[in-house]
Amino acid sequence: MKARVTVTLKTSVLDPQGKAIEGSLRSLGFDGVESVRQGKVFDLEVAGEDKAKAEADIKAMCEKLLANTVIESYRVEIAG
Amino acid sequence: MIANQIPITPELVAQHGLKPDEYQRILDLIGREPTLTELGIFSAMWNEHCSYKSSRIHLKGLPTKAPWVIQGPGENAGVIDIGDGMAVVFKMESHNHPSFIEPYQGAATGCGGILRDVFTMGARPIAALNALRFGDPKHPRTRHLISGVVAGIGHYGNAFGVPTVGGQFGFHTRYDGNILVNAMAVGICRSDQIFYAAATGVGNPIVYLGSKTGRDGIHGATMASAEFDEGSEEKRPTVQVGDPFAEKLLLEACLELMASGSVIAIQDMGAAGLTCSAVEMGAKGDLGVELDLDSVPTREAAMSAYEMMLSESQERMLMVLDPAREEDAKAIFTKWGLDFAIVGYTTNDLKFRVKHGGEEMAVLPIKELGDEAPLYDRPWVPTPKAPVIAASDVPAPASLGKALLTLLGSPDLCSKRWVFEQYDHLILGNTVQRPGGDAAVVRIEDGPKGLAITCDVTPRYCENDPIEGGKQAVAEAWRNITAVGGRPLAITDNLNFGNPERPEIMGQFVGCLKGISEACVALDFPIVSGNVSLYNETQGRGILPTPTIGGVGVVDDVAKSATLAFKDAGEPIILIGETTGWLGASTYRAVIHQREDGAPPPVDLETERRNGNFVRGLIAHGKATAVHDLSDGGLAIALAEMAISGKIGALISALPEGIPAHAALFGEDQARYVLTTDDPEKVLSDAAAAGVPALCIGSTGGNALTLPDGESIPVSDLEHAHESWLPAYMSGALDVSEN
Amino acid sequence: MKSAVILFPGSNRERDAARALKAATGRESEIIWHGETALPDGTDIVVLPGGFSYGDYLRCGAIAARSPVMEAVRAHANRGGLVLGICNGFQILVESGLLPGALLRNSHLKFVCRMQHLKVERVGTPFTRDYRQGQVVEVAVAHGDGNYLADPETLARIEGEGLVAFRYCDASGNHLEGSPNGSMNAIAGVYSEKLNVLGMMPHPENLIDPLVGGTDGLGLFTSIAGGARAA
Repeated sequence: MKARVTVTLKTSVLDPQGKAIEGSLRSLGFDGVESVRQGKVFDLEVAGEDKAKAEADIKAMCEKLLANTVIESYRVEIAG
Repeated sequence: MIANQIPITPELVAQHGLKPDEYQRILDLIGREPTLTELGIFSAMWNEHCSYKSSRIHLKGLPTKAPWVIQGPGENAGVIDIGDGMAVVFKMESHNHPSFIEPYQGAATGCGGILRDVFTMGARPIAALNALRFGDPKHPRTRHLISGVVAGIGHYGNAFGVPTVGGQFGFHTRYDGNILVNAMAVGICRSDQIFYAAATGVGNPIVYLGSKTGRDGIHGATMASAEFDEGSEEKRPTVQVGDPFAEKLLLEACLELMASGSVIAIQDMGAAGLTCSAVEMGAKGDLGVELDLDSVPTREAAMSAYEMMLSESQERMLMVLDPAREEDAKAIFTKWGLDFAIVGYTTNDLKFRVKHGGEEMAVLPIKELGDEAPLYDRPWVPTPKAPVIAASDVPAPASLGKALLTLLGSPDLCSKRWVFEQYDHLILGNTVQRPGGDAAVVRIEDGPKGLAITCDVTPRYCENDPIEGGKQAVAEAWRNITAVGGRPLAITDNLNFGNPERPEIMGQFVGCLKGISEACVALDFPIVSGNVSLYNETQGRGILPTPTIGGVGVVDDVAKSATLAFKDAGEPIILIGETTGWLGASTYRAVIHQREDGAPPPVDLETERRNGNFVRGLIAHGKATAVHDLSDGGLAIALAEMAISGKIGALISALPEGIPAHAALFGEDQARYVLTTDDPEKVLSDAAAAGVPALCIGSTGGNALTLPDGESIPVSDLEHAHESWLPAYMSGALDVSEN
Repeated sequence: MKSAVILFPGSNRERDAARALKAATGRESEIIWHGETALPDGTDIVVLPGGFSYGDYLRCGAIAARSPVMEAVRAHANRGGLVLGICNGFQILVESGLLPGALLRNSHLKFVCRMQHLKVERVGTPFTRDYRQGQVVEVAVAHGDGNYLADPETLARIEGEGLVAFRYCDASGNHLEGSPNGSMNAIAGVYSEKLNVLGMMPHPENLIDPLVGGTDGLGLFTSIAGGARAA
């Protein structure tokens, strides 16, 4: 089963990389961009058929390693 | 997978960068049509980068020997003996084209490659330097290229853990389409524990170490592979990506393995990866090599023999191991989490055999692959002599002070703090002299010895007179090492030129080498390693001839090394060397009058040696409190830098007589130094006795630099001019289009 | 005085740290591989050195913080043993939860290496007994991710309990806002509640020799050595 984890900085945390990208988009003429937040994407392939279990496992992975919950939030999507 | 047995068409040969007569040479050599893998192997071995086919004939005559040279050109890096059982291993190499295409990864992998060259020989890298040349600041890509290259160098060196302590950084419109990224690395090892590439012993295992092989940087195959397997995006050659983390592990694992006594021979997989490294190990040891590609650790699925042989994936090594120590070696690599695979054996038939999937993909004579590479004596014409420009023909500025501020804030002469603060230059805790001085000084272990290291060349001199320019590049490296109190020992050269198939470019190359050679002989400063980068040309316009010289010297006691900062008020300032006010090809003329013509200042090597030895003696005897060599921008720039660095002003009351003031202040006569002393009588009398021109031109003090015409510039203004340009330019705050 | 320096894959200032410890204590440090599960008996202080552990590829210090040896380091800290994390070591300490807060990318997005003044905010700890309160010292910084951040409650607690060890300042001791990395309240180093764990971004271990920039960093290591002798 395929899963995607998206990790971004919490909205309360300043994201200087996102800011820089935002500025760069504006200077390229994309006026409609109101804000940019950047983050990381992890594509996982996990064994088994149990979606609920997979989701719980992946959330544990996020808590333990993939995200630093002091500053980051995460989202888990399971394909199919 | 790409088929191995396909008809070799003239198009295919051309796509591999081989000329029809070169292909004929291959047919004559092996007596049959090559397989695709074999064609790839030939294209890698016979390209300019590996075979030096255009330059080899001229490199042969270079001075490469001295009693202290342990290893000259031809190995991964050069090695010199510095006494106490220690040796210095160093080399400089270009990564110009990849850095132009992808500045961050290009520069990063350039750093990685040169660091590997050094630790492959058994040395732990203790310093890195970079000589960088970018296009006109007004060129739309320049800012992007700088920011990528600097970040890439920082990314790699900082994580690897080597201090980046110096280098060069310049601009010129002739680099608009071809930037230069020349990376130098310096390492230290015991002089009895140096490792070489030559394999010994038949039947010894050849071991692959490091990262896995992917389809990175496969050159000749670019278009060819599309024809074989069209629509396969995954097979497109990619930019090489550097992994400093893997390299750091490779360093530690290699040094641990070497210390264990199991390494017979070792070779970095650099350009043309597995092909070049395996062939060199065999050929240098008069042995054959048989590779079984099924054992090569790969990162991507279904790689063909052709791709594996030409991949330029980074952070990989090839070793010949003592078979009795195989298990120990494997344990070390497993501990460091690196791939370790036996991919072949040495043989006694002098053949290079490549097997894949049980099939023989290539069988070639191993010695001939290198020895029989084409060798060209390309036609060349000497560069016409540039006219000597009299100082009186170069207009004086309305204000000497304003001209000084303009020069200090010009792209080439301004402070490069914005660059070097992105490099970790303090790691290892031995950086005695940080970036910004004449030469970097790095202590060796706990001292008292240290190394003085510098990179130098003045491309506009080389353009106007290759011979004098070549001499000057070597002389300036020698002078920079001398100015910190070092004994210059040897150089590495990175020869960057345009298209060698044009006689005038080849003439620049030949001229520069002649000058370099003369200077190396006269200054006992042999060449122990180097790299040639040709075809730096876009739309028929070549770069300025840029033979970068990386010099290394020894400082016997780093506590006695000299720095350029003024130390105290009230110290007399002495100018060493003869001043004629040479403004031809000077920075003054280029910046103030936008003209770069004219003969560059001549280099008198005997004078250079005499003046330098005198200054080095003063430093050794503690007679000089601050020392700076004179180069771009002349005396005025040197004094300003000393004032800025020491935060102390100076009153300049006298200049050499009979010369217009602007020529005396901004002229670029060679073999000169400026120094401060607390014992001027002794310095002047010793100079007279040694036949060295010396003139007291003023003294330190106050918080302004006062010129002989009475014009006074606050040191804070000098500093502001010096420090402002680059950060403003890089932030985009500076509108360069109106410059 | 027994010191252990932890070596993670990608650490690169472990020799610098060991050298400073030796200069202050006269004894060689033990270099401990990250895969070990125990510290040598009688270890007084554990140092997590600078570098790019595991390439800093997930987040700085994140993977190292979860390596086997860190359980032993945590136990050592819980027993009241001294732990010093420098640069990447500081990042590992915040990732492992031994220190509060987080270290983000420098606000100007560039790696910064330069000499930097620091103000000693708290003396009398095992790490600062050889410094004076409010003393301004000059050491090196060399990092790309040193931008200290904590949520408002945590920040208030750190400040309220006097757990800020060092702040970035100018030569006269005025705190720098935004420089060199954008840290909140110019925080350069923080203590654990019991003051036995210190994390800091700057590199005192590179400033132990008058020939190489000065000796302002040595006080931290002599403090540690003196404390261990007194104990």
